[in-house]
Amino acid sequence: MKLYRSHVLVCGGTGCHSSGSAGIMDAFQAELKKHKLEDEIKLVGTGCFGLCAVGPVVVVYPEGAFYSGIKAEDVPRIVEEHLLKGRIVNDLLYHDHAKAEDIVSTLDEVEFYKKQKRMALRNCGVINPEKIEEYIAFDGYKALAKVLTEMTPMDVINEIKASGLRGRGGAGFPTGLKWEFARKAPGDKKYVCCNADEGDPGAFMDRSLLEGDPHSILEAMAIAGYAIGSDQGYIYVRAEYPIAVKRLSIAIEQAKELGLLGKNIFGTDFSFDIELRLGAGAFVCGEETALMRSIEGKRGEPTPRPPFPAVKGVFAKPTLLNNVETYANIPQIILNGAEWFAQVGTEKSKGTKVFALGGKINNTGLVEVPMGTTLREIIYDIGGGIPNGKKFKAAQTGGPSGGCIPAEHLDTPIDYDSLAKIGSMMGSGGLIVMDEDNCMVDIARFFLDFTVDESCGKCPPCRIGTKRMLELLDKITSGNGEEGDIEKLEELGNNIKAAALCGLGQTAPNPVLSTIMYFRDEYEAHIKEKRCPAGVCRNLLRYVISSDLCRGCGLCTKVCPVSAISGERKAPHSIDPDKCIKCGACAEKCPFHAITKG
Amino acid sequence: MSRFILAEHEEKLAELNRIIDEYKGKEGPLMPILTKAQELFGYLPYEVQAHIAEALDIPVSDIYGVATFYSQFSVKPKGKYKIGVCMGTACYVKGSQLILNELIKELGVQPGDTTEDGRFTLEATRCLGACGLAPVMMINEDVYGRLKPEDVKGILDKYRDK
Repeated sequence: MKLYRSHVLVCGGTGCHSSGSAGIMDAFQAELKKHKLEDEIKLVGTGCFGLCAVGPVVVVYPEGAFYSGIKAEDVPRIVEEHLLKGRIVNDLLYHDHAKAEDIVSTLDEVEFYKKQKRMALRNCGVINPEKIEEYIAFDGYKALAKVLTEMTPMDVINEIKASGLRGRGGAGFPTGLKWEFARKAPGDKKYVCCNADEGDPGAFMDRSLLEGDPHSILEAMAIAGYAIGSDQGYIYVRAEYPIAVKRLSIAIEQAKELGLLGKNIFGTDFSFDIELRLGAGAFVCGEETALMRSIEGKRGEPTPRPPFPAVKGVFAKPTLLNNVETYANIPQIILNGAEWFAQVGTEKSKGTKVFALGGKINNTGLVEVPMGTTLREIIYDIGGGIPNGKKFKAAQTGGPSGGCIPAEHLDTPIDYDSLAKIGSMMGSGGLIVMDEDNCMVDIARFFLDFTVDESCGKCPPCRIGTKRMLELLDKITSGNGEEGDIEKLEELGNNIKAAALCGLGQTAPNPVLSTIMYFRDEYEAHIKEKRCPAGVCRNLLRYVISSDLCRGCGLCTKVCPVSAISGERKAPHSIDPDKCIKCGACAEKCPFHAITKG
Repeated sequence: MSRFILAEHEEKLAELNRIIDEYKGKEGPLMPILTKAQELFGYLPYEVQAHIAEALDIPVSDIYGVATFYSQFSVKPKGKYKIGVCMGTACYVKGSQLILNELIKELGVQPGDTTEDGRFTLEATRCLGACGLAPVMMINEDVYGRLKPEDVKGILDKYRDK
């Protein structure tokens, strides 16, 4: 085997890819060739490192030097200085927001990573996801070998049960129990499915896992197949994720070539095959019964449970369905044992959880923390806080099924049960931070708009009820809200939760109910005072000029497209609210910051 | 618009038949066939739906039902460049609505519609999973992140000349 003196890792996750990492790979290739370093230095395209905010990201080992925001024209310098002369290029290194004076030189010094524990993401940003050999070098397919040669199917199920692993798709059902149901269900043909239809807006954990470590999912599905007695797996993946689809296809092909999928794996009687099925853009297909209808080639409409998928799933056969992140944890639980896994986390929520940090936060990206970490640690210590000195208002978890968590609950340890208690849910792991400039009524309207559009239309509570809720929210945000509208929203919401057929409908009112619970004053300001405190809802927007700050320079009158501003020169000006079209041009132009939204 | 006549697309028809044969024996063949058929024709004209219905021996109404249920399938022709503005939460809170408004203004079409010259189709899409770069839009396979409304025109110009 060839030995290299240095490894250059270039992130090829979606974030960095979009920031131009493919061009950086090409530039490194050309430079290494030019300096005849190809035999000394190994160039690796990896999955997501997590810190998408500062991409594209490049790490050089053995030093662990962490270069961020790299452009193709920086590459010759890194090659000539660092790789040829051994001098780290300081000005290209990552600069930590938390420590203004310090430049951080290596990956493990970065604040962003210090409180993280990468279990599910262990291989993301470490290996080349398109090479099965690299996965194998990091104990890949060893768990499958152990299961097939040393364990009975019930041993496997008991190990998973003992680990306390719960479904990472959102609801948190105990994984081992699900496997046991599927094993005990009578039937000669069974299926193992992977739910990779990550549809929650603001969630990209599964995408990064599939792109960064696709083999771990294949291995886990094969283990599940052995445990429940199935020989066929389906991965249902979003068509919107082209890189994930490509890497999964490559991974399946490589695994088949080496006999790690297919007939008589490791020379045993166990055979297992995996097929990819592409979604076609329907959020409801993330719901398990709808997903199965979609695999069958039908409209993705949910069906009542029971019968549960473990009894009657895809093609009416017993089916096991788990989420991507759930599977990503399986191989390590088998290799290191249930106890090792159960050491991490809280009493009822074991292990770690991957979150996609987004919205008004400095370090947008992917983080993995032990269950029980507080929101404050995630947002401030890892996420680096809110940009531009703005104030934190709420964190949204659980996507369209979840809720908004206000500042007073920042110290809640995050696990399935504590989040449910404060009116939100774990969900798949999207965590969107909002600041004082976001209107909570508008956010509730945004989510309802989403669920109304994505409702499959099968059951009336969801089809009609969510539409009525959206109409009420439109009424409030457009300035026509009336006394009693909030109560109507609450009543409707609670009825929909009780009556809808599937998880989509049952959780659709959550964003509205949780914002009413914590930000009722904002709703009331919209209805009673016809005012949007955050200055988002256009119809309620008013621009005012402060007479204390205005110097009467007249710049605003020149920029106003509708001549709504008047005033004597060198005396305070004023805006005619009837003429104003709320374009905001005056506020932008004012050199004294005298014009504000109110 | 002129009617789509399947027999006039001999090569594509042969390819479609090959795709149907590949999946016909498998369980749940309809979704993969429709996905590939749309890649082939750019959309799913009625004639293509009818052809698949006959080959699989299922009612064409079933196929129409599936084709109109999923947002990725289209029964209307699309422009040469599909612009998708991400309306996921992370992009929304960072102002993707302003990006969409700018595109509506620049292209003169509403989301879901195609420009008259058939060059651009504008769509407000679901989360693209590139939340770290919000707000984001995609033009065919190219991703543009950290957008500001004033960037829109320059990006569009790159595709106008092509």
